[in-house]
Amino acid sequence: MTSENLVYFIALPLFSSALLMLLGRKADKWGHIFATLVSASVFVIGAMEFLAMRDRPEESRAVTQKLFTWISVGSFNVDAGLLLDQLSIAFVLLITGVGTLIHIYSIAYMSHDRDRRRFFSYLNLFIAAMLLLVLGDSYLNLYVGWEGVGLASYLLIGFWNQKPEYATAAKKAFVANRVGDLGLSIAIMIAFANFGAVSFIGIEEKVGGASETALTAMGLMLLLAATGKSAQFPLQAWLGDAMAGPTPVSALIHAATMVTAGVYLITRSNFVFDNAPNAQLAVVIIGAITLLFGAIIGTAKDDIKKALAASTMSQIGYMIMATGFGPAGYAFAIMHLLTHGFFKAGMFLGAGSVMHGMNDEVNMRRYGGLAKLMPITTITFGLGYLAIIGVPPFAGYYSKDKIIETAFNAGGVQGIIFGSTALLGAIITAFYMTRVMMMTFFGNKRWADDAHPHESPFLMWAPMAVLAIGSVASGYLLYSGKAIVNWLAPVVDKHHHEHTELLPPIVVSALAVTAVVIGVGIALAKYRGELSATAPQDVSIFTRVARRDLLQDDANEFMFMRPGQKLTEVLVKTDDKVIDGMVRGVAASTIGSARGMRKMQTGYVRNYALLILLGALAAFVAILVVTL
Amino acid sequence: MNPTNYLYLSAILFSIGAVGVIVRRNAIVVFMCIELMLNAANLAFVTFAKMNGNLEGQVIAFFTMVVAACEVVVGLAIIVTIFRSRRSASVDDASLLSR
Repeated sequence: MTSENLVYFIALPLFSSALLMLLGRKADKWGHIFATLVSASVFVIGAMEFLAMRDRPEESRAVTQKLFTWISVGSFNVDAGLLLDQLSIAFVLLITGVGTLIHIYSIAYMSHDRDRRRFFSYLNLFIAAMLLLVLGDSYLNLYVGWEGVGLASYLLIGFWNQKPEYATAAKKAFVANRVGDLGLSIAIMIAFANFGAVSFIGIEEKVGGASETALTAMGLMLLLAATGKSAQFPLQAWLGDAMAGPTPVSALIHAATMVTAGVYLITRSNFVFDNAPNAQLAVVIIGAITLLFGAIIGTAKDDIKKALAASTMSQIGYMIMATGFGPAGYAFAIMHLLTHGFFKAGMFLGAGSVMHGMNDEVNMRRYGGLAKLMPITTITFGLGYLAIIGVPPFAGYYSKDKIIETAFNAGGVQGIIFGSTALLGAIITAFYMTRVMMMTFFGNKRWADDAHPHESPFLMWAPMAVLAIGSVASGYLLYSGKAIVNWLAPVVDKHHHEHTELLPPIVVSALAVTAVVIGVGIALAKYRGELSATAPQDVSIFTRVARRDLLQDDANEFMFMRPGQKLTEVLVKTDDKVIDGMVRGVAASTIGSARGMRKMQTGYVRNYALLILLGALAAFVAILVVTL
Repeated sequence: MNPTNYLYLSAILFSIGAVGVIVRRNAIVVFMCIELMLNAANLAFVTFAKMNGNLEGQVIAFFTMVVAACEVVVGLAIIVTIFRSRRSASVDDASLLSR
């Protein structure tokens, strides 16, 4: 393995973030440009590393760098080290590439915000933490980045924390993520207990000798971590509220990069999951549940950002499901992750552009007919739309198609169930994305009276255009000649498994395209005509439930929040009455008995004399009783 | 004469002394009552010595007299001091502990 200097990846954005925070208002004039340049330069470094890596032979592509000895206790050594391999570089390019585009977009989008510099400081902090997450060479290093992105996500969701509900949304995201983080820390402990190591290489070497129970436990804990960070069932509830953050944040953190960290974690831990079939099955089930869950919520949301957030949840469900299929699925999960990074970030930026032109209105019922006034936004959003629903030859077609195919090929009844689920998800995806498209850009105008829609400035539509190009081309580029599969094979598919085929690829593609046509057809029939500016209220129970996010908040409230509050109430009462009561009781009885005893001390000599006499008499009587 | 009668007398004197200590307010009278109690005890000691035919009771009676003499000296000094500062020989007036 060769060694290169990888520390710049993390040091540059971290330094920039700290600088902008420390300088404060002094950096207001140039902070956003500085942060964008730093992000762009990290992207350039990443691109150079990628080109250099491509030129090296396959077995020496991965490079490691030891930064310093972090923990050294007895036989347990953890180095703060970085690992750049085929998997990491894909993420590095996505994070810095999409990240830079979103930095550029934010310059214009946040230009009226007096805290723009702080915003860019947080963005760079996020880039640094996310790069540490994907470059760490051990679970412990990954954990630092994992917590770092959680912090950046919290800060950015609550960026406009002058609104209490936004601050609450940030807190909700943080708490849900903490539950997942607990899983990751337990997984690290299991790894340490069983392998005595926490580095990826160290664990992979010893994984053969471990019991399947330990591996399954570790896999399930890693899955818990992934469900928290990637908004998967049952920890999915925070993602919709996370849309409180500025739209570029939703695009970068809550669509393209951070929420896909769970997919990275499972793919990176392939050596654990490949030896723990039960954990893999759990991964597939969680992915399948979430892809339907998110898609169904997406059909009912009128808030454009929440609809896209539900879609993100659903698409990550596809990725998580793909990782559960083992070596057959990892590459396609990463491929969908990359294409999704393009089209979903592009669509979020498009949504931001629409909001920018509509006085920050997010309700799609108040949109309509924007295509003529916002042609560039419409085209870029439209290309992302074609990509996500999987119209050939756009990006999503290749990646989603492959996941559906892998699901069918998983074998047996399972394969048919999961394949059908993925197909059903594709139908719903086509439906709700067509709905978003129709309600926003076509149909009758339902604007608020003071709305004056206009196209966004160059700095905003240029990143959208680049991402739209990615939405069109990335799928083909990644898929042609099995590029991504061969590229990732040294990391995720070392033994070159042969995959059985239940259905030939052409049949699956036909099914997927049919699903798209069905979904689009239903949506067109339903949302073609005139729409009212308010959501209809006389709707079926199913619509109501879907509008309430499939009761995810109610379930959390019922199962965790209320019992938690009850528990604290009981504990407070116990503390007050029982524990403090005992302390207070001792004090009160001391005071009370002292008050009684004090009465004996009259100060009169005669009383003392009487007491002495009585005492003497008592002693006398006692002696008499004993002796007689 | 039956020596038990001396013991009865001793008990009566002791009781008179004890009651006097408890009920009287004048410090001098209280003091004299204490003397009475001591001497009642002395009488009991001497009587027991006579009854049992050994000298220990007699010897202790002498000790008691010596101690009583010392006690008279110290006690009278205290009473005189209190009287000087308070212009009163009542034991109830010297009840500082109750406050």
